[in-house]
Amino acid sequence: MENKIAEVIAAGSAEFTAECYELYNIPPLGSLVKTINEPVEIIGVVGQSMTSGFEPGRRPIARGKDEASEAAVYQTNPQLTKLLRSEFQVVVIGHKNGANLFQYLPPKPAHIHGFVLPCSSDEIQTFSRSFDFLNLLMHNEQIPPEELIAAALREMSRVQPDPSAFLIAAGKKLTGLMSGDYQKLKAVLGRLTL
Amino acid sequence: MTEGKKRDQTLGLVANNEKGLQVDQALGLVVSGSVEKGTEVRLDSQASVEDMVVGRYVTIAGKKRRFFGMITDISLGVTDPEIAVSPPDTADTFTAAVLEGTATYGALHVLPMLTLGGEATAITEGPQPVKTVPSHFSRVNLASESDMELVFGKEDESRFYIGNPLDMETHLCLDLETLVKRSNGIFGKSGTGKTFLTRILLIGMLQKSRAVNLIFDMHNEYGWMGTSEGGQRQVKALKQLFPESVAVFTLDEENSRRRGVSTDFVVKIGFEEIDPEDISLLRQTLNLTEAAVEAVYQLRRKLGRDWMQKAIDLNDSDETRALLAEMSIHESTFQNLKRGLATIRRLPFIVSRSPVDAVKQIMEYLDRGMNVVLEFGRFRDIAAYMLVANMLARRIYNRYQEKMEASMGGTVAPPTPLVITIEEAHKFLNTEIASQTIFGTIAREMRKYNVTLLVIDQRPSAIDEEIMSQMGTKITCLLDNERDIDAVLAGVSGKNELKTVLARLAPKQQALIFGHAVPMPVPFRPRDWGTAESYKEFTRGNNYAQKAEKDIKDLFD
Repeated sequence: MENKIAEVIAAGSAEFTAECYELYNIPPLGSLVKTINEPVEIIGVVGQSMTSGFEPGRRPIARGKDEASEAAVYQTNPQLTKLLRSEFQVVVIGHKNGANLFQYLPPKPAHIHGFVLPCSSDEIQTFSRSFDFLNLLMHNEQIPPEELIAAALREMSRVQPDPSAFLIAAGKKLTGLMSGDYQKLKAVLGRLTL
Repeated sequence: MTEGKKRDQTLGLVANNEKGLQVDQALGLVVSGSVEKGTEVRLDSQASVEDMVVGRYVTIAGKKRRFFGMITDISLGVTDPEIAVSPPDTADTFTAAVLEGTATYGALHVLPMLTLGGEATAITEGPQPVKTVPSHFSRVNLASESDMELVFGKEDESRFYIGNPLDMETHLCLDLETLVKRSNGIFGKSGTGKTFLTRILLIGMLQKSRAVNLIFDMHNEYGWMGTSEGGQRQVKALKQLFPESVAVFTLDEENSRRRGVSTDFVVKIGFEEIDPEDISLLRQTLNLTEAAVEAVYQLRRKLGRDWMQKAIDLNDSDETRALLAEMSIHESTFQNLKRGLATIRRLPFIVSRSPVDAVKQIMEYLDRGMNVVLEFGRFRDIAAYMLVANMLARRIYNRYQEKMEASMGGTVAPPTPLVITIEEAHKFLNTEIASQTIFGTIAREMRKYNVTLLVIDQRPSAIDEEIMSQMGTKITCLLDNERDIDAVLAGVSGKNELKTVLARLAPKQQALIFGHAVPMPVPFRPRDWGTAESYKEFTRGNNYAQKAEKDIKDLFD
């Protein structure tokens, strides 16, 4: 697994948290990632992410007063890359068992220390043939759902042969899900322009 | 198909059909409805609301049977009223595209009229009237050619092709034997194509119904050459196309000769043939008082068969006064009557004694299966028309009645069914005089004596309600007077829906047919008339040419 980018450090049925192998190497908000819990491949969307110190009690301090740039701060303090860590939360939106793809929660959560990998373009295309996952995104509690949905759809649309047609179809699905809340729908649609 | 396109289809993304609707195209789903009011259909997002047309036919695939219906209304809907209040910005095409077909949608109102298949009767006897509604989410498609054929029939020995349902290639075929069993009406504003439609129907009848026609042709349009709308070109009429089965009678020989019509008989009417009933019918037209009409009956009783001649000849003498006093007819009443009778006498076809009995002649032709067109020439005023039509029709009807009664006795065959065509029908069939004219009787008693009417009129609201209700099949071109529309559609199920259809007919060459002879109301475009091609089409089934060829062959063999 050469392209692994992170490792699961906390896992639940509907979401898991992963720590990046490299500082700041966080996949973009809304991008599709997966982790494997044999024989199931759990697929999720990157939600909330953060970078902080290893020890919860020790807060980082400002160090760049005399430095010319941000990069120079890290050069002068090489220990920083070892003392800081980036992590992100993943909202689970489906799973794959063999050739079968399901857009609902997997029977079991991810394993701790499971590797987290970004999904390939082909995988994203296959996954985004249906929009049933939108329902799971709407009910996440970490991040405003409008933001997360819009980000996920934008990310998915990048690999589509006809991105605008894809977004229109997704929008139509959302219209059904958000019926009765036109303002919220408008907010999402407003964030879907490429 | 490329991978992308395939996926687009699965997502329902294929753009609106640029060529418009295709036959058999899926339109949407039934979402609500009732037998009385029809069903609501939500349009699929792929089907554009602008492609829908009121009056189109659709089929609904219910779980147990298929329904055949007509689009009677088209509307726009929103799932959330807020969308209508704050619609997306016009520049925001993305939001508009997303909302189209989801939060904003087109809806059709479909009136199911027939069921196709399903029960045994529907399979053996064809489409049946609808008695239920399709279940929720039944698919709605545009009717296919084969469905249309199942409903409107194919041209065959008794079915005649009169036109095409609007926007369709299917032939609308009428079973003319069924049609002529009852009185029928053709309505429409002036200039909407009633005459053309009537010609087509008459041809159908003379080809396929086994009935004969007697046409009171007020404007000389059915026998020989008529003019097209706008009067720019001459179009052929019945006798030119079917010389072997149509005879033209005329009241105005000179006029007919000038127009180059080959007439078969010149009709003259003797004074003695005019009955008091004929005069009472003309009361309004001749401006007679009630008392004058009453006097006519007394004069007939007193003076006998020659009453009219004698009454006109009465001069201002003491004897006359004594005679009038004896019958207690007031002098002014008599003068009023005399003026009226003088109007009649001035009509050139009224003679003191007719050399040949016109009714006998007409009957002879009708008995031979010939169709008779009676041209009025220059005598187009309503008084002449009403007098002649009523007088002849009454006596012909009496003959039919006798023959029919004789045939009931079992000695002779029943007479050939007769269809009498009258124009300006509201003058004969209005509430005031419908009970007095023979046409009122024919319309009510219908087919008992094998005589029915084909009524042509532009003011159906003036026709007696009872008579309108007895008509089997009505064909109506555009009408825009509310009362006329109500009168024509009275008693039809789905009246309100049909009103929408009727009011939207084009001013020319479109009509709505409903009643006995068609399984459901159909807006249609009548067949072409007036081109060489169209004449060929009409006479195709005509065996006249073949017969002539056969005769020639027989002669030389």
